[in-house]
Amino acid sequence: MRSFVLAAALIAIALPALAANTDAGKYQVALGDCEGCHGKNLAGGVVLETPFGKMLTSNITPDKDTGIGNYSLQDFALAMKRGVAPGGRRLYPAMPYPSYAHMSDGDIAALWDYLRTVRPVKNSVQVNQLRFPYNLRFLMRGWNYLFFRPVPIGDASKSPEWNRGAYLVNGPGHCGACHSPKNAFGADKGPLTGASLQGWFAPDLTSDRNAGLGSWSRSDIMEYLETGRNAHSLASGPMAEAVENSTSRMTDEDLVAIAVYLSELPPGKGNGGGATGADAQIKAGAVAYDVSCAACHGRDGKGSVLFPPLAGNASVRQVRADTLVRMVLAGGKAAATHKAPTGPGMPSFGWRLNDDQVANILTYVRNNWGNTAPAVSAETVGRIRSALHSGS
Amino acid sequence: MARVLPKKDAVIIGLGWTGSILAQQLTDAGLNVVAIERGPWRDTATDFNIAYMQDELRYAVRKDLFLQPNVEAMTMRNDMSQTALPMRDYGSFLPGNGVGGAGVHWNGHTWRFWDSDFSIRTHLTQRYGAAKIKNLQLQDWGVTWNEIEPSFDQFEYLCGISGKAGNLKGQIQPGGNPFESARSREYPNPPMKMPYASTLFAQTMKEQGYHPFPLPSANLSQAYVNPLGVRMGQCSYCGFCERFACGNYSKASAQTTVLPVLMKKPNFEVRTECEVLKVNLTPDGKHAKSVTYLDANGVEYEQPGDIVLICAYALMNVRMMLLSRIGAQYDPKTGAGTVGRNYCYQTSSGARLFFEGKHFNPFIGAGSLGQTIDDFNGDAFDHSKLDFVGGAGISCTVTNGRPIGNRPTLPGTPRWGAKWKQATADGYQNSMGFGSQGSSYPVRENYLDLDPTYTDRHGRPLLRVTFDFPDNDIAMSHYLSDQMEKMTEPFNAKLAVVSRLKKGWDSVPYQSTHNTGGAVMGNDPKTSAVNKYLQSWDVPNVFVIGASAFAHNAGMNPTGTVGALAFWAAEAITTKYIKSPGALVQA
Repeated sequence: MRSFVLAAALIAIALPALAANTDAGKYQVALGDCEGCHGKNLAGGVVLETPFGKMLTSNITPDKDTGIGNYSLQDFALAMKRGVAPGGRRLYPAMPYPSYAHMSDGDIAALWDYLRTVRPVKNSVQVNQLRFPYNLRFLMRGWNYLFFRPVPIGDASKSPEWNRGAYLVNGPGHCGACHSPKNAFGADKGPLTGASLQGWFAPDLTSDRNAGLGSWSRSDIMEYLETGRNAHSLASGPMAEAVENSTSRMTDEDLVAIAVYLSELPPGKGNGGGATGADAQIKAGAVAYDVSCAACHGRDGKGSVLFPPLAGNASVRQVRADTLVRMVLAGGKAAATHKAPTGPGMPSFGWRLNDDQVANILTYVRNNWGNTAPAVSAETVGRIRSALHSGS
Repeated sequence: MARVLPKKDAVIIGLGWTGSILAQQLTDAGLNVVAIERGPWRDTATDFNIAYMQDELRYAVRKDLFLQPNVEAMTMRNDMSQTALPMRDYGSFLPGNGVGGAGVHWNGHTWRFWDSDFSIRTHLTQRYGAAKIKNLQLQDWGVTWNEIEPSFDQFEYLCGISGKAGNLKGQIQPGGNPFESARSREYPNPPMKMPYASTLFAQTMKEQGYHPFPLPSANLSQAYVNPLGVRMGQCSYCGFCERFACGNYSKASAQTTVLPVLMKKPNFEVRTECEVLKVNLTPDGKHAKSVTYLDANGVEYEQPGDIVLICAYALMNVRMMLLSRIGAQYDPKTGAGTVGRNYCYQTSSGARLFFEGKHFNPFIGAGSLGQTIDDFNGDAFDHSKLDFVGGAGISCTVTNGRPIGNRPTLPGTPRWGAKWKQATADGYQNSMGFGSQGSSYPVRENYLDLDPTYTDRHGRPLLRVTFDFPDNDIAMSHYLSDQMEKMTEPFNAKLAVVSRLKKGWDSVPYQSTHNTGGAVMGNDPKTSAVNKYLQSWDVPNVFVIGASAFAHNAGMNPTGTVGALAFWAAEAITTKYIKSPGALVQA
């Protein structure tokens, strides 16, 4: 009886502190978009397609057998910031430890406290399904030696907002995991200038006025991250998930910080300019656009409160048109958030439009209403169509 | 033995228009709600692909979105002397199926019944004397106009209805319907752009002294953000509304107005492809404790709940009550019992005009695109020298201008071959129509009950519909056809053909999906199955919501009033019932 009373007293004291820290930790889950890869229940098993083969995400619930129930805070911090699991097992950078390396010890600890409170799920995951030789984990030692450079990201000459933004974007937010181009070994090169992955093209986030976010105001960036849409664009594909799981749950202060940081990123290399010698494609594309696209996106390309504009939409003007081709062929669903709950869908037109028609429409869209971007070839459309058919 | 599931605060049968609205309002009030839906999950992004939604063969001819008779059929007869036979295919009306219900494939005509409808018996008795309506079972609805008006407003703003007010707080507005009852504010969106046929109709009607106005439409004249924050697109006038789902997010439905918000709520859950067999009552028959349903694998479950909301299609609501013994079956011989009473339909006829050298371009259409006159609707005109009561709205809509179904030809045209082809090409561009959609008033011998012979796949009796057009309604419809004949004259058409409704309702050709009544609302438990809050008189934790509650059908499409009743019932539940569960009106 006595020990029960004591235990009750201890709980009474400990709970408020723990609750505060688990709230903070839950926020870290949102900032880091843990659910995006590890699933809503964090039990992992989500397939990640990488250029090196398939990986399944691990179980990060506190299950002792199949999750991280036997980790200590130190083990966890080492995995998060150095990519080393207990026993010296090397993680693959698909788990973005090169980004999380920037996270503060306080944030890591808060995240850890929260993860210990989630429901343990028994889910044994065979993470490593990569091709040889990438399936050899010890190779990651060499990778880390060559590419893992956790250098400080702050800049004392910049405002506190900028510094917070730099921290969020490069640290827990790990935006570069998708938006930074990769070298042949999968390491980041060139910050946030746009990159292909998993059949999508994650757009340029620099201040380039054509392909980047140069024409977005800071409040445009905030609105997009919070709601999944703004006057220029609508989040879909992997970004829809990132908005739903992560950015829509961020505080206003953090959204301001990200907007400040992104708006000051130096412009990237742009998209290589408009289509040249593609007049016939553009002419044919204009007709096909009116038939298949204008009902929603408007003949003026301006969209509506529901459908995204194509005029002035940065994702239309990326150097590569993978996302656009994919959207036309396979369709997609936009982010649905508390403030913009609709989540409209783009239907699939793959069965109705052939490769030439898709290429023509997209070349027209990328070079009309003030847009300039390279032409899209029927071969590109065909390649993406085959990839979609083969399920990758 | 059914597996008993954890109890919910409210169990909703059917996730169509009314089920979605009730679920939205009840979950907002903090209740834990489950909706059990017989049909499939349906969502605009995944199921209503704009790139193939206009497949007329699949959706209009083969009726892809509708309830199929192998799931639930009904039996039909015209009068009590006949033996009812089952419909082998739905024809005269087409019930919906799946999430969104009939609200998925409706046209979008969104009317408000009038002040004089809700108090129809009082109104007509005062104006013409009781003898005038002695052969009709007309009765007041229990709810008054001032009570229900805010609920109409809620539904219209949820949907983003395109229209023009005709009576703003008692002030008649130019361009609107001068006969409508006073509304508290303007429609949320302006009227749709009018095509040629409707413009010509309105102009001709105006010259004859009538009062044309744009038909209130759930097809959106412009993009819209509704009060829940759900966004809708502008109608593209593609003409594929009726029998189709909208792939453009521009026809109001549960999918385009409520579900995006509802589906994200942690206190809401829908179980699709789960068919409720019955509502289970306590042994005294005065309290519903649960519903029994089968999932897609035929596994039986019992879902307990504090409140049961029957939100299926009007006819299915009545059948669910009868199968569950909620209230007593109406007996047309004695007038006793209330469930099945006052079944009504719609009384329609049409005019078609053929011209030469016109280009009506009916492919530019929408479900609810047109002009209407209500000069001969309801009690907008004096019936004292006429041998009937009631009336019809006369509308010229440009709709369904589709290649398979829309082939108007002159009388006497061959039914196939080169001459037929030429005639359909001429008729398509050179003809226009307008039609009267008339009231349907209740009579003693039109009613619903359980069929004594035929059963469904689970062995439950089918619903039996006993219906024919009452003499009053036939007289009304003929009067309207006479008026329409006069109206055709100033068009100077080459030929005008006006149809005349005959006695002997035929369930085969499509007429209207506006089935009403059978579980009607009212102030007297002897003549109504539910009280003015749509609460069962007999089992007070059951609410029955839909057109089943209509005490009669007016010369208007029912959905606007169905939506209003859904908000009205939801308000009663959330503000009155959950604070003090029990009968909201003492019998």
